[in-house]
Amino acid sequence: MAFIRVGPEDFDLGQEMAALRGEAGDIGAVASFIGIVRGAAGAPITAMTLEHYPGMTERAIARMAAEAEMRFALSACRIIHRTGCIPIAGQIVLVLTAAGHRKAALEATSFLIDWLKVAAPFWKKEHLAGGMERWVDAQAADDSAAARWQSS
Amino acid sequence: MVVRLLYFAWLRERLGCAEEEVTLPAGVDTVGALLGWLSARGEPYRQVLTETARIRSAVNQDFASDSSPIRAGDEIAFFPPITGG
Repeated sequence: MAFIRVGPEDFDLGQEMAALRGEAGDIGAVASFIGIVRGAAGAPITAMTLEHYPGMTERAIARMAAEAEMRFALSACRIIHRTGCIPIAGQIVLVLTAAGHRKAALEATSFLIDWLKVAAPFWKKEHLAGGMERWVDAQAADDSAAARWQSS
Repeated sequence: MVVRLLYFAWLRERLGCAEEEVTLPAGVDTVGALLGWLSARGEPYRQVLTETARIRSAVNQDFASDSSPIRAGDEIAFFPPITGG
């Protein structure tokens, strides 16, 4: 059963890794992904606001985590997705997986972040220097990244 | 029948509304029909909700399409394509 947290609080990779290893028992590999607020070329972004659909978000993540646990035989899995305003270089999302071998842990992490980007109801708004703001458009590349897991 | 509507991201901002309860006439029983009924209420609904290529929906917190049925008491959400992660 994956650990899932959605909310404004930041996370500490060391603490989460220790918790994951405590849950996982006898494993051979852990893999992690952290998403970070980055500046875009030509657009001085100062912060990002993450809005979500409370209730549906947690359900959607729980469903994809359950699929990853089964498909990659994970021993443990932790997913943290932050909401609210996050400054540039701040952490947005953490995916941590534990498995018997590296391939399963690495692939499960990739599977989870690809699906999070297209199937969990979050929306990003960029805050620009000078007080301007704009909603981020969805990327077709994100859909194709998630879709490749359907055929494999 | 009465349903609860939720709007997110730029839909929420442009409609000036996060959530509302509406009473639907008979025959408005799919997501697509609901979008048509809402658009017929006039601005800003007409302009915002006719950008159908950019609008996604969920019924009771499951992704839906225009042909998805809706029933009394349902929670129906409209939002832009997802940009999380």
